[in-house]
Amino acid sequence: MSAATAVRRGPGRVSGRRRARELSGKVGWGIVAWVVAIAFFLPVLWMVVTAFKPESAAETWPPKFVFSPTLSEFRLVFSGWGPYVTHSVIATVGSTVLVLLLGIPAAYALSVHPVARWRDGLFFFISTKMLPIVAAIGPLYVIALKTHLLDSIWLLIILYTAMNLPLAIWMIRSFMLEVPSELLEAARLDGAGRIREITSVILPIVSPGLVSTALICVIFAWNELFLALNLTVTNAATMPMFLISSVPQEGLYLAHLSAAATVASVPVIIVGWIAQRSLVRGLAMGAIK
Amino acid sequence: MTAVEAGAAATTQVGIRPRGAGRRERWQRRLPLLPALIYIIVVTQIPFVVTLWYSFQSYFWDVPGGAHFNALSNYRLVFTDAVFRGSLLRSVIMTAISVILAMILGVAFALLLDRKFFGRGVVRTLIITPFLVMPAAASLVWRDPMLDPNFGLLNYLLEPFGVHHVAWLSSHALGSVIVVMIWQWTPFMTLIVLAGLQSQPSDTLEAAKVDGAGALATFRELTLPHLRPYIELGILLGSIYLVNAFDAVRLMTNGGPGTSTTNLPFFLYQKVNYAFDVGGAAAAGVVTVILTIIVATFALRMFARVFQFEEGGV
Repeated sequence: MSAATAVRRGPGRVSGRRRARELSGKVGWGIVAWVVAIAFFLPVLWMVVTAFKPESAAETWPPKFVFSPTLSEFRLVFSGWGPYVTHSVIATVGSTVLVLLLGIPAAYALSVHPVARWRDGLFFFISTKMLPIVAAIGPLYVIALKTHLLDSIWLLIILYTAMNLPLAIWMIRSFMLEVPSELLEAARLDGAGRIREITSVILPIVSPGLVSTALICVIFAWNELFLALNLTVTNAATMPMFLISSVPQEGLYLAHLSAAATVASVPVIIVGWIAQRSLVRGLAMGAIK
Repeated sequence: MTAVEAGAAATTQVGIRPRGAGRRERWQRRLPLLPALIYIIVVTQIPFVVTLWYSFQSYFWDVPGGAHFNALSNYRLVFTDAVFRGSLLRSVIMTAISVILAMILGVAFALLLDRKFFGRGVVRTLIITPFLVMPAAASLVWRDPMLDPNFGLLNYLLEPFGVHHVAWLSSHALGSVIVVMIWQWTPFMTLIVLAGLQSQPSDTLEAAKVDGAGALATFRELTLPHLRPYIELGILLGSIYLVNAFDAVRLMTNGGPGTSTTNLPFFLYQKVNYAFDVGGAAAAGVVTVILTIIVATFALRMFARVFQFEEGGV
């Protein structure tokens, strides 16, 4: 705005001042961002800090920030988590693999060589996500009982696959739309059939997208509580249920609870941190295409 | 903007599909879709059909003799049940407030993260973490180490502001649950909006700056319209998941005190698990599904608009 007058007054001084203002703006917004981020992260930090406290140091007023850290609560957690973590890993990995196996061909049929009413197909998949699964929980229990799937890990794999498949198809489709049509054309001229088109042209290109899709599925499956709580007891109980069982009826438990919560959350947190770029991309692509 | 171009290529491809594409070709196209389609129909639709069936039956776990037909009496009970109406209303309130506030915070955070400053990557990492924490873990950590009236961190941090040992989960139960839901979903909204911001072509922003547009005007006239599909989809996806919010309610307040935090998922959970009332839960479920379909129809229309946007923008 005052660029003209600025030039008249002497370029050196003013550009220095502007740079100073820009710098202070940068620092100011940086400080705001840091404060917000730390405030937002505080509950997670507090969870981890409390997990390292001895139980007697976890329930104090004022809260203790300096204490001698101990691993005793973690040791206790690791002594009991065995079956739960096994079930969680099987349900998460199993359902994610199944989602990809079903989702990749479906996404292909909705994008590269789309079926006639691909729009309706896509909407149908999304619309199943809008039906609240909680509404069918009683009948689901009865069905599971009659098919002898109650309290079995297969039931969780089947349901988690259905839970994640619509979003996965949606995301994978958006990645497939990004495959340049010249490449597909070239493959076709080389005489590649549909299968080879998928395996040698499309999959290599969309593989980063598949990673972020799989990641989203892993997050939702690993963290799922409602179905596990209603449909499993012991043979398929997962990590969220381990967490609930770690809260005793009486006595002090804050440190123990925090240790269990930390152990239950850390795998997904670390995976999410490592893959956050592809997470952003995956959500964005899924959001817009 | 190669993404958009590729999208355009694919959509035009739909338009100029060879007219004479025969039966064989049609089935070749359909075949890869079928496994997923059949899977989803079997796994997600059958339970709802069974739900419809049981909604006309009297069926209690604890009563021997199994189910028998009782016409509309389950529905009569559902519609006269004040707890059901209350939880319906609470579900709407919880979802609407948490989605809207999470989105407002998400836009603000995304605008912050879109700037250059020292340690931006770390700040982004910290901000997305609540979305990655297991909701059951987050709920329990909020319930006890954070909000405990006697030892909680929040009361300690608020003490200088005159807050003394507030029992948040008794006196402000609904608000506390909503705060936790917002805390969990703000990162999701931030990520979506951030992706939108980063896809904004920088030359239009430069042009606006050269034209002397202020920051606020640029945001309102250029950035916000560009972000609209991202914001709409964030709201849509957030609503889908938050309508089903169960963990925070079950673990933080168990629906209480009284029924003050009982939402629909928790209501249905209680009906099946504590009242053993499969028929009643099924009827309540059917009503829930019908209401959801009404809401979802509007949501799908929004989807359709986004798709038109995609094509119109090309």
